[in-house]
Amino acid sequence: MKTCLVVDDSKVIRKVARHILETLDFEVREAGDGREALDSCLQTPPDVILLDWNMPVMSGMDFLRALKDSGLPQRPKVVFCTTENGMAYIRAAIEAGADEYVMKPFDRETLESKLQIVGVA
Amino acid sequence: MIPGSTPIASAGAMNMIAALLEQRAGQQIAANRTWRIETALKPILRARGLASLDELVAQLIAARTGELADLVVDALLNQETSFFRDAAVLDMIVDAAAEMQAEIGTRRLRIWSAGCSTGQEPLSLAMLFSERGLPDPEIVATDVSPAALARARSGRFSQFEIQRGLPVRRMMTWFDTVGADWAAKPELVRKLQFRQHNLTLDPAPAGMFDIILCRNVMLYFSLAVRRKVFDSLASAMRPGGLLALGAGETVIGQTDHFAPCERYRGFYRPVDAPGTLRAAG
Repeated sequence: MKTCLVVDDSKVIRKVARHILETLDFEVREAGDGREALDSCLQTPPDVILLDWNMPVMSGMDFLRALKDSGLPQRPKVVFCTTENGMAYIRAAIEAGADEYVMKPFDRETLESKLQIVGVA
Repeated sequence: MIPGSTPIASAGAMNMIAALLEQRAGQQIAANRTWRIETALKPILRARGLASLDELVAQLIAARTGELADLVVDALLNQETSFFRDAAVLDMIVDAAAEMQAEIGTRRLRIWSAGCSTGQEPLSLAMLFSERGLPDPEIVATDVSPAALARARSGRFSQFEIQRGLPVRRMMTWFDTVGADWAAKPELVRKLQFRQHNLTLDPAPAGMFDIILCRNVMLYFSLAVRRKVFDSLASAMRPGGLLALGAGETVIGQTDHFAPCERYRGFYRPVDAPGTLRAAG
């Protein structure tokens, strides 16, 4: 079973994502900000991270940079999942090392499709 | 009628609507999927202030022109599609096309995307050819639905549609934002020729094709209609060409004009003498 870490400061989004991911046979972990997510990754790296952009304490972009610098031998796949839907944001995320990008609002098909594209579903 | 509730429909009304769809587009609706009729036609009922499918059928009977029937058929057609659907199949098609192109020299390869719906399949193919540095084939994309074709020609997709199957890097390369939608770049859309075409009634588009994709279309047809459509596809296929069907579709037991291809698993080759069907037909 693959593991997905859902990083979002919204409990509702985490709940919706968890529900979808569990129907896709993922084991789901949650984090409310980038700092929590980094701690979780360093303890046990997930297969994939679903990452919000704007969060308190540590943003998605700061988390991504910190993850790159963390020296994890096998970096998890990172799928941004955010309401920042403009091309400039998408380009910045991909240039910073994100593997895929989900524009909110999302549905099951979108999430499944993007997880397939990064090779974890 | 309570908004959102199921419209009341007699068995007779359902049968008539199903028959209209079969007559116009060759598509059948299985008995356990008649709920699709009610769901798909709700917007038409709402727009016309009709309380039930029986009232819609009464209007269909009374109508002097086929305009309402066209609307009803269009709404019932299944337009399910996505970018890079069964991506491995598309990759294999491009591999086969590269081999064919090497054999045919300077002649431009011709591909028919039959039942292209809103255009994601032919657009995916055009992206792949370009990314692989292959010469642009002539891609003829056809569908029975004028509404689907209009959307395909526009190259515009909603946020949900653009995210289904399309990797983000390809989205960045080939699409621009237009308001809340995403629009394929004109140079991509220009690679395609869209035409309205009814697989069950119209002769195949002019000229012979090296590759035909007719994926997830045959499953809606009766065996008799499938045979007829396979005849039509065979009549338009060059000797040595390739036919791609949907994952759950096959030629076995359906037609003698195609046989499984040994070189490319899951694809089919024509078995007729060149041009026999077109000449006869």
